[in-house]
Amino acid sequence: MDAGPHRGDLPEVVGAWFAGRGWRPRPHQLAMLAKARAGNSVLLTAPTGGGKTLAGFLPALRELIEAGTKRPGGLHTLYLSPLKALAVDVRRNLEQPIAEMALPIRAESRTGDTPQSRRQRQRRHPPDLLLTTPEQLALLLSYVDAPRYFRDLRFVVVDELHALAGSKRGDLLALGLARLSALAPTACRIGLSATVADRAELADFLAGGGSVDVVDGGPGPRPEIEVLTASARVPWAGHMTLHALADVYRAIRANGTSLVFVNTRAQAEVVFQHLWRLNDDNLAIALHHGSLSVEQRRKVEAAMVRGDLRAVVCTSTLDLGIDWGAVDLVIQVGAPKGLSRLVQRIGRANHRLDEPSRALLVPSNRFEVLECRAAADAVVEGELDGDGPRRGGLDVLAQHILGMAVSQAFDADELFAEVGRARPYRELDRQTFDAVLDFVATGGYALRRYERYRRLRRDDAGRFRVAGPWVARQYRLNVGTIVQEPMIRVRLLRGRVLGQIEEWFIDQLVVGDTFAFAGEILRFEGMRETVATVSRAAGVEAKVPSYYGGKFPLSTYLAERVRAVLVDEEAQARLPGQVRDWLAMQRRRSVLPRPGELLVEGFPRGGKHYLVCYPFEGRLAHQTLGMLLTRRMERAGLRPFGFVASEYALAVWSLREATELPALFDEDMLGDDLEAWLDESNLMKRTFRNVAIIAGLIDRRHPGQEKTGRQVTFSSDLIYDVLRRHEPEHILLRATRADAATGLLDIARLGQMLRRVRGRITHRRLDRVSPLAVPLMLEIGREAVHGDSMEELLSESAEALIEEATRLL
Amino acid sequence: MLINGARMLLHATGAMFWPAQALLVVADLHLEKGSAYAARGRFLPPYDTAQTLRRLTRAIDELDPAMVVCLGDSFHDAEAGGRIGSSDIATIADLARGRRWFWVAGNHDPEPPPGLAGEAVDEVRLEQIVLRHQPTERPPAGEVVGHLHPKAAVRLHGRRLTRRCFVGDGLRAVLPAFGAYAGGLDVLDPAFAPVFPAAFDAYLLGRDGVHRYPSRRLVPVTADDSVLHKLGNAGETG
Repeated sequence: MDAGPHRGDLPEVVGAWFAGRGWRPRPHQLAMLAKARAGNSVLLTAPTGGGKTLAGFLPALRELIEAGTKRPGGLHTLYLSPLKALAVDVRRNLEQPIAEMALPIRAESRTGDTPQSRRQRQRRHPPDLLLTTPEQLALLLSYVDAPRYFRDLRFVVVDELHALAGSKRGDLLALGLARLSALAPTACRIGLSATVADRAELADFLAGGGSVDVVDGGPGPRPEIEVLTASARVPWAGHMTLHALADVYRAIRANGTSLVFVNTRAQAEVVFQHLWRLNDDNLAIALHHGSLSVEQRRKVEAAMVRGDLRAVVCTSTLDLGIDWGAVDLVIQVGAPKGLSRLVQRIGRANHRLDEPSRALLVPSNRFEVLECRAAADAVVEGELDGDGPRRGGLDVLAQHILGMAVSQAFDADELFAEVGRARPYRELDRQTFDAVLDFVATGGYALRRYERYRRLRRDDAGRFRVAGPWVARQYRLNVGTIVQEPMIRVRLLRGRVLGQIEEWFIDQLVVGDTFAFAGEILRFEGMRETVATVSRAAGVEAKVPSYYGGKFPLSTYLAERVRAVLVDEEAQARLPGQVRDWLAMQRRRSVLPRPGELLVEGFPRGGKHYLVCYPFEGRLAHQTLGMLLTRRMERAGLRPFGFVASEYALAVWSLREATELPALFDEDMLGDDLEAWLDESNLMKRTFRNVAIIAGLIDRRHPGQEKTGRQVTFSSDLIYDVLRRHEPEHILLRATRADAATGLLDIARLGQMLRRVRGRITHRRLDRVSPLAVPLMLEIGREAVHGDSMEELLSESAEALIEEATRLL
Repeated sequence: MLINGARMLLHATGAMFWPAQALLVVADLHLEKGSAYAARGRFLPPYDTAQTLRRLTRAIDELDPAMVVCLGDSFHDAEAGGRIGSSDIATIADLARGRRWFWVAGNHDPEPPPGLAGEAVDEVRLEQIVLRHQPTERPPAGEVVGHLHPKAAVRLHGRRLTRRCFVGDGLRAVLPAFGAYAGGLDVLDPAFAPVFPAAFDAYLLGRDGVHRYPSRRLVPVTADDSVLHKLGNAGETG
């Protein structure tokens, strides 16, 4: 059969509908129809605005139209999206053409917000098209009647696949898809994705052991990206970008609608505050981030859809989501951190395929000027970063195994084979699978004391089945892989709830502290039970929270590009003058880091010896490195006092000077020192908590289930301590260590760096601080000092430092 | 710590020692809490009893008391005796050998499991001190209780540090929970007000000793990286 795209693949009624709107089907839409006709699974990569979602549904619509009333009923097409809002929005967008073409097709969405009655009806009378999320799929698969429910399934459409693959949600999705293939072997998988660095890898994820064709929707027009050259002096350090906000405001004023992306909630608050201070024209500028109350966020989104807003200052909450049509400009304030995220954000501008998106990158400090330049060039060259395939989480596997048992008794051999068809679990060995299964059944402890409390029992045929209906209840309350940080609600004194903030942030506040939240300056009045009470503090400058770091680490590929800028004279020529001068000064006083080498500078200051290195591996890896270096220096009698890490560099200071650098940076620090440190690390405890919740060891905390006076909390830290002492090789601790290696500690990346620079350390002993070290030195002490006095302290030491670094003699 | 004129020694494990009487008091061991959760399908590591008894052994080895009082809720529930391992029972027998051992009744364990070393009592009175599980409605001077699982937070160098603690105001005292899996309740919670109507001191457990903080120095404990558990019928603190 000829699978080449031609108009004949389009059903007449759909063709007429296209024509009625003055549209022509795009080549990739026709290609999807052709591939699906041949019964193939397909991955479509295309930029936003390319009619991608419709392309994903065309094969299903055609089949439904062709079958007409002959179809026996049952669920025909399952659509999975990473966002609830997207599932609902896509349903609305489908209902319109379905109604206009008068097709007898029923489309329904199902999310956590769908009323119980409708969910039950959906199970009894499945719609033709069901639009939902990976978590809801897991739930549907856990019902006893799942085999019947999915028997007639023909298509699974996964939207924004790139946003799911490579995460624990992606693990859950892959396992769900593997089960779907067992229940409906002829169903086609259709993946929709933004353009990604490694399309073969994503296709592999979607294929799950089968085969997948790739349809390329083209790269779309090259975006137009500009790096802002601020009219003011570019700061040496800091992340709030205040110096450039007047320029940002002018950009907003000159454009119709802008999205202003920042990296952290605190940045969003500060940028929003300052833009309003500059807002002489009273432009409608709104704020959107994950800590605001849901109602407030919905209000902003609705205003955006109506076209009432000129700008929204937002965090990653708006990276994905419904199509807003008319966004004219995307402004990225602060470092982009990674190319794929940046491209995703830029794609939010102008959802019309044939016009270029326009973006403005606004660096916060000098290093970020380099990063923005490198990122802008890379995006224009069509480069993207990818993380490589992910190994599936054992905690997610435990959750899935329990879900499978809740649905049907299973044979361990069969389930192992099925799980292995999910891409993230392809390398899973049988021994590990059995250990996870054992954990699900009895806790999997060497001390076999829980045999009689089994959650899973073996029946006469040796199949695993749940011990009682309570297991199903337990599973359904805990399904999903998103674990929220402990959050504290923020309420106005005798007023409404404004939103919620991470508990660790509230922990730092003392009564009387002021901070920016929900677009206002608030005064912390104290804790009432588990609610933080605040009052409005009009006319006061907020004490900027010590919340400097971004959530996303600098991607490996972008880090490489930044390193390349440092030796690329052509690229440097396009940098602003002040930054060029800064680099020239560094060349004079020390040397610029070269790719493939690690530059280490040493200099005395204030009676201490400073050691500054520039690995460019991201803050998390640098923090881990700092922890390990100080341990080693301690043992060598160098008396280290502390360290500070940024995305680009690490500084350690000590009483005595470190001289044996190759030994200091030897990779073997990742051995015993790391183990010893990990055991005490709070990051490990936090990681364990998430693993324990996903794996079903402890219950998820549900919203509204608040701590009240006489209840007490059960601490996952206590469990971690006991388990670590008594059974360090337990499967959950293995899962925790695996998460830590790529997550909060980024050990994997640190290891690669140490191997790479072995024998290639450039050591510069200087008589004083170098220009490149100044930004990092300015971070020292930032965390502990508060408020206005901090600014004074900072500016004083900054001037002294800069003077010292730039002095010629 | 002084309680109604009696000088007490506070041990870093969370045990209280009365040198004048060679008396050791521990509260809320909650032995077999892990297996109680396991019986409901939450497989917490089954090592909590062993770990709790190891800490108790450490306190007894260091202080060599003539008498040991376990201040109630020594066992997490009435069925704990059916679940506890034989080696743990042997450890308890070893510890009790050569000394008087009292199991004060708690709300989780009105009766200790049968066949265990030691005597079951409702309370222990000694000189000016009365030891019982829960505070009475109008607590008399000299009352020493457990039950409330006190913990307290202080701010040090801008960071909040939360620990289990002893609480005392010179007349009365509350002991921290001793059990490895026992949770905690903020001493600033209203539940403590009837026992300590005015100022009090919290003695936070450190690695090698306890650290005294007057109540005005304490800050509220927040949810503290913890996971809330729905309480079983017994309730956690009553």
